[in-house]
Amino acid sequence: MSSTTLGAAPVPAVPPKIETPFHRFVAEFAASSIAVGALVVFAIIALVAILAPWIAPQNPYDLAVLDIMDGRLEPGSVGGTGITHWLGTDDQGRDMLSGIMYGLRISLTVGAGSALIACLVGASLGMLAAYAGGRTDSAIMRLVDLQLSFPAILAALMILAFLGKGILNVVIAIVVVEWAYYARTVRGSALVERRREYIEAAQCLALPTHRVIFRHLLPNCLPPLIVVGTMQIARAIALEATLSFLGLGVPITEPSLGLLIANGYEYMLSGKYWISFYPGIALLVTIVSINLVGDQLRDVLNPRLKK
Amino acid sequence: MTVYLLRRLIQAAGVVLAMSLLVFLGVYAIGDPVEILISPDADQIERERAIRSLGLDLPLWEQYLVFLGKALQGDLGRSFVFNEPALRLILDRMPATLELAVGATVAAIIIGLPLGLYAGLRPDSAASKAIMAGSILGFSLPTFWVGLMLIMVFAVQLGWLPSTGRGETVEVLGVRWSFLTWNGLSHMILPAINLSLFKISLVIRLTRAGVREAMLMDYVKFARAKGLSPNRVVFVHVFKNILIPVVTVVGLEFGGTIAFSVVTESIFAWPGMGKLIIDSINVLDRPVMVAYLMVIVLMFVVINLAVDITYTVLDPRVRLEGKA
Repeated sequence: MSSTTLGAAPVPAVPPKIETPFHRFVAEFAASSIAVGALVVFAIIALVAILAPWIAPQNPYDLAVLDIMDGRLEPGSVGGTGITHWLGTDDQGRDMLSGIMYGLRISLTVGAGSALIACLVGASLGMLAAYAGGRTDSAIMRLVDLQLSFPAILAALMILAFLGKGILNVVIAIVVVEWAYYARTVRGSALVERRREYIEAAQCLALPTHRVIFRHLLPNCLPPLIVVGTMQIARAIALEATLSFLGLGVPITEPSLGLLIANGYEYMLSGKYWISFYPGIALLVTIVSINLVGDQLRDVLNPRLKK
Repeated sequence: MTVYLLRRLIQAAGVVLAMSLLVFLGVYAIGDPVEILISPDADQIERERAIRSLGLDLPLWEQYLVFLGKALQGDLGRSFVFNEPALRLILDRMPATLELAVGATVAAIIIGLPLGLYAGLRPDSAASKAIMAGSILGFSLPTFWVGLMLIMVFAVQLGWLPSTGRGETVEVLGVRWSFLTWNGLSHMILPAINLSLFKISLVIRLTRAGVREAMLMDYVKFARAKGLSPNRVVFVHVFKNILIPVVTVVGLEFGGTIAFSVVTESIFAWPGMGKLIIDSINVLDRPVMVAYLMVIVLMFVVINLAVDITYTVLDPRVRLEGKA
């Protein structure tokens, strides 16, 4: 195509900027400074969580460095080990700042991990429903309806009541609670996309079904899935924190933010606020930053909002 | 309509049946039923007698039928901890939960409606932006943490409100209620606000969207052209029209509020169903867990059924869809 127009049009002085969909997406996302700020904040949180063992002032689960005499120190005081506890210490003398960094690791891993598994399960079932249609479709969607008509906290409670506590069981509970959102989203966009010409073309070329689904249909269903996925990570983190707060989540040896907050509960009434307060702030900042990023993603990726 | 109603009823019964099977399998297939249903203190002879009397020597499907038959008669086992019928324990605590859930719903409307109305009428003012930012926080804040902060500020530091229990209660129609005494009411304020936080945000957003939409409608323009006072236009004409969707959604959310009261009740030591189930899970009081799950499933199915039927009455399109 370029060879036919080469001589006709004058060559522009500046080569035209290549605009790929990805560039456009980045530019549109960056249009909201709040969303960019939230993304930066989340990146910092994730970095802190990953690097916790190297940057935390103290390993809060190494009993050798803990001193019970340092218990419940106020924020900013210096403990017997010479460490300044900027956010205070808990009842065991653990540095809260270090505890929060380690807690973030667990909260983010459980939250993102279970959201990802839920995405895999939900997206596969949603795709299957859309592609197979008929009885399979209605069976899967009935299950989705049933799942969505019960509040998340209740379904999770039910599963943990049967399976017992533990990280793995929390992940299972979150996956069971969240898969339906992904399934509904993927089915919705797959039903629209599979009637498009490019799918028809792919089928006419006698491409194998799995190729049509994974190489043609799935990439085009991704935008809404990314939006739902972002929001569901935030929800998963909040749900895990709630379950751990209730004492049904992660074990005491691997405290997530929710369990840290629960630990401070009994000291709240005697005015020692920091044991619960700061992990809560960390949780809040994490959830809000993910939600703000998700909000902007929805605006950018939703074709209906485009003018 | 009758056919539709009948079909929905059968569906609802199907859901309850499916859930009962799920709960049954959860208790019997995943855990060891002997361990679950017989107190761990029992000796060998007691255990064997209990196994026979509980019918645990029967095949699984027969056991399920027995479980179902007993459940239909309202027998869901006895609590290990309280040594009382599990169902009665749950029903005893249900009024406290319902009271809290209704209180939260009322609080959501009292707080959310005026804020949403203001934000809708003056969308560009600084106060409206603050309200909307607050509503985003309301969606994002972990409820249990906010509950702790409420206790810290209002109960510990300011000392204005009590933070645990129901306070004094008055017995009306054989059920004890907190909201009829000042003391009980003051105990209810913090938990109800905590539970309603999410709903307040929801009501603010719904009201704001409704007001902004309604203000552009012809009937509002006409009312203004007639020379009615701005107050009358807002509080009579606009208000009436936005109230319907708000009330519908808040009603729909009622089931979620009851479920979420598990968290609030645990924080504020509110003696409702939610606190009971958390305590029961922690001490592995399985009959109470089973009874709670069956009761809550039944409640949800009834709420969903009521909502569906209300929709059918309000919106004929739903009925037509069912026929096609």
